[in-house]
Amino acid sequence: MYVAVKGGERAIDNAHAWLAEERRGDSAVAELSVPQIREQLALAVNRVMAEGSLYDPDLAALAIKQSRGDLIEAIFLIRAYRTTLPRLGASLPVETEQMSCDRRVSATFKDAPGGQILGPTFDYTHRLLDFKLAADGEVPQAAQTTGREEQTPHIMSFLDREDLIQVEGEGADVPDDLTRAPMELPASRALRLQALTRGDEGFILGMAYSTQRGHARNHAFVAELRIGAVPVEMDIPELGFAIEIGEVTLTECETVNQFKGSKTEPPQFTRGYGLVFGMTERKAISMALVDRALRWAELGEDNVGAPAQDEEFVLYHCDNIQATGFLEHIKLPHYVDFQSELELIRKLRREATALQQVAE
Amino acid sequence: MDGSDPNAARKAWMSMLAKSPATLLAQLWGAFVPPQHSVLRAPEIGGVMVRGRAGAVGAAFNLGEMTVTRASIKLSDGTVGHGYVQGRDKAQALTAALIDAMMQTDVAPRVQAEILTPLGNAMDQMKSTRAAKAAATKVDFFTMVRGED
Repeated sequence: MYVAVKGGERAIDNAHAWLAEERRGDSAVAELSVPQIREQLALAVNRVMAEGSLYDPDLAALAIKQSRGDLIEAIFLIRAYRTTLPRLGASLPVETEQMSCDRRVSATFKDAPGGQILGPTFDYTHRLLDFKLAADGEVPQAAQTTGREEQTPHIMSFLDREDLIQVEGEGADVPDDLTRAPMELPASRALRLQALTRGDEGFILGMAYSTQRGHARNHAFVAELRIGAVPVEMDIPELGFAIEIGEVTLTECETVNQFKGSKTEPPQFTRGYGLVFGMTERKAISMALVDRALRWAELGEDNVGAPAQDEEFVLYHCDNIQATGFLEHIKLPHYVDFQSELELIRKLRREATALQQVAE
Repeated sequence: MDGSDPNAARKAWMSMLAKSPATLLAQLWGAFVPPQHSVLRAPEIGGVMVRGRAGAVGAAFNLGEMTVTRASIKLSDGTVGHGYVQGRDKAQALTAALIDAMMQTDVAPRVQAEILTPLGNAMDQMKSTRAAKAAATKVDFFTMVRGED
């Protein structure tokens, strides 16, 4: 018989108080401010915005502070906050061609118009710990030269002119939104891209890596990787026209993939696409590779049974909040479930012992 | 942009106010005595779903939301002003709505000169400094002397 149990309130209150104290750490050490996190742990902030699916650097920084740097916990806080916001509308699709590029590189064309802009990258650093950062060091000034004023064209448009790249199809005017309706399979590409851009960086990276190692290999080249600020425009009903309502920093990755042609498509290059909030380069490249792998059906490729081709597997397991919710719930009390398991095992054991005795 | 668009000027100042740094706007606004007005829509924080396009040119998809705060006011002469700003600053949204209304009245030249022009200059300066730093990281390829003569 199960008797409802109460109790634990005092223990919980005390646990929360201790959590607050541990979060603060040694009070002899200066406390971190939210702006410090926003400015100095910007890539963590970017990840929390991307996977929390809400662009607000101050909130993401606050979530990181509250979660003691546990980024999945911070993402959870942002997702929970997001659900409390009234939806004011949807933007027009952002025009990444208009991006003010902080960084823009192509692995396919050396002399791309607009050039190769390295930006504030970790690439080419030696990955040696810099002990100067442990001391209060002066920061060297970034060099400046005359900046680019005109738009930077997408590399893909050059291949498009030669008709060598697969054409991107039109989609629904109002794309499916997994925050509004449960995901149904087969998913539209719009739904897949939404799931991937907010998916767990580690999971998407692992999936992308699996395609490089040979599971549904699709020979990706990074045609272009660009990072920078893009204006966000929205139609304002009370005005009757669109205005810019803000500006977001995005990372965009376009891959070109070798493609020998299929039953339905001529030999050409095909494309994978990654677009992610913030400076989130690893995630955007990963997203493009996984997007391309998931497109096997529309391109008439064979399903070779690789995990990255399996829409159900990828889309239902890439969300770290769903995953951690289900995973972590098993540490919460399961006293009743376990009691019944215990009864069952005891019963089976009694029966087995009785049978053995009869046989003897 | 399109010179024939009758809303071009309003669109431009509203867009600039939406993207403005809150502290800078508050500073510039500080010198103004707000005109008589009533609040039509109290500042409201909400989310806007930002969309992208597959492959940058194809079908639209939902990228994620951003925080936006909006407010609307009416001046005593009946002029209505709307403010939309990125983020969650309610005061900034109200200020933007007031400026939007004032830009439709006789005080527009003063608002333009004392708020919008310096605001725009500061924002352009920030943008061009970033562009200048990016430009300094542009790779200049050069070909090594070839051995084959």
